[in-house]
Amino acid sequence: MRETVAALLAKDLALELRTREAVPAMVLFSVTTYVIFHFGLDRDTVEGDLAAGVLWVTLLFASILGINRLFVAEHEQGGFDGFLLAPVDRTALFVAKALALFAFLCVVELVAVPAFAVLLLGPSPGQALPGLVLVLALANAGIAATGTLVAALAIQTRARDLIVPLLALPLLVPVVLAAARTTAPLFAQGGAEPLPGDWLAVLALYDLVFALIAYAVFDFLLED
Amino acid sequence: MPTTDHAVVLRGAGRRYGERAALCDVSLELETGSTLVVFGPNGAGKTTLLRMLATLLRPHAGEVRVLGHELPGDGYAVRGRIGFLGHEPLLYRELSGRENLRFHARLHRAAPARVEAVLEAVGMQARADDPVAELSRGMVQRLAIARAVLHEPELLLLDEPLANLDPAAAAQVQPLIGRASGRTRVLTSHDPAGGLAGADLALGLKAGRAALLAPAAGVTPEQIAELYA
Repeated sequence: MRETVAALLAKDLALELRTREAVPAMVLFSVTTYVIFHFGLDRDTVEGDLAAGVLWVTLLFASILGINRLFVAEHEQGGFDGFLLAPVDRTALFVAKALALFAFLCVVELVAVPAFAVLLLGPSPGQALPGLVLVLALANAGIAATGTLVAALAIQTRARDLIVPLLALPLLVPVVLAAARTTAPLFAQGGAEPLPGDWLAVLALYDLVFALIAYAVFDFLLED
Repeated sequence: MPTTDHAVVLRGAGRRYGERAALCDVSLELETGSTLVVFGPNGAGKTTLLRMLATLLRPHAGEVRVLGHELPGDGYAVRGRIGFLGHEPLLYRELSGRENLRFHARLHRAAPARVEAVLEAVGMQARADDPVAELSRGMVQRLAIARAVLHEPELLLLDEPLANLDPAAAAQVQPLIGRASGRTRVLTSHDPAGGLAGADLALGLKAGRAALLAPAAGVTPEQIAELYA
């Protein structure tokens, strides 16, 4: 399966590099939203719970853009048929797409998080960085697993643009909640505080549960 | 009784889309190494039949055996032994022909050298690095043929394989998908003379039902024309 996942992932990354359809849109959306928050909140800086909430709600909505585009090439250019005709484990497609979405989110955050720090964050982000990277990685994994499942489901429907947010947002509420609660102490006014272990565990548990669910049901989504 | 000498066996095979029967009660046996040509007007069920044999659609009725395996249960065993050429080329427009073929070669565990071999065979080496989106329809069809035979399949399922090809290109791909390939073939055609000339068995579909099933040598173009009346 590793070779199949590698082939699919390389193809997806090559397509994104050529078309630049998903990641630039996600980056632009995130930065624009932080600019809007900067002026909309009518304050120069945010910290603690508010900062964590602004960061994660924006990243969540940006991820919806990527989820929406995840299977478009497969649907519109016969990629599903090409894959289904090959003698390969169909779950490889889920793994490859989830890894691609994870990679897209990481690239988006490389721009979006510094933009958030510059435009909105009060406390210095340097001390919070190691913890923040851990939370971002765990949240990205959850968004990637659930997002890939939702994208595969929605691409079969005519109303993909509606179905993705309607399904993904409620399913991703636990991720945003846990990620925001975990991140809030990192953005405390007096400097970064330790990560709350219980919320970190919730985030990790969510990743595990949804990855297993998606792994188990993905094959059926590809069935005729 | 069908034997392993039969590459394709259908017994009362059927397929529905919602309430509409796209294919109904079709039965036939196709010997290994033979060619079946399928005729019929638009919507007669030709593409549905090919997609069912390719494991892309589940049969809703009857028995379907391909290369000795019953579908849909044994689909995994026959994928990779089938070369499918449908209406869509199954190529990513933003990738080049060579990148597309390398991708499919990896999925099918085909040797990388096969990519260059099939590119040469379809005469596309010179334009192999151009994005598929920039190629003519005929060139895309040649790449699609290259993709379909990349993994050296035993059974070829070809939906109007020569569509968009000029005479020279059509002649060039014959060793890959023509009778000379030596492979078992199921192909659809709207050209009675050309289709019958290269086939052993002819199937005429009308509204999803087999209106004609006979050795190709005994079928006249007039009988084919009646299917379209």
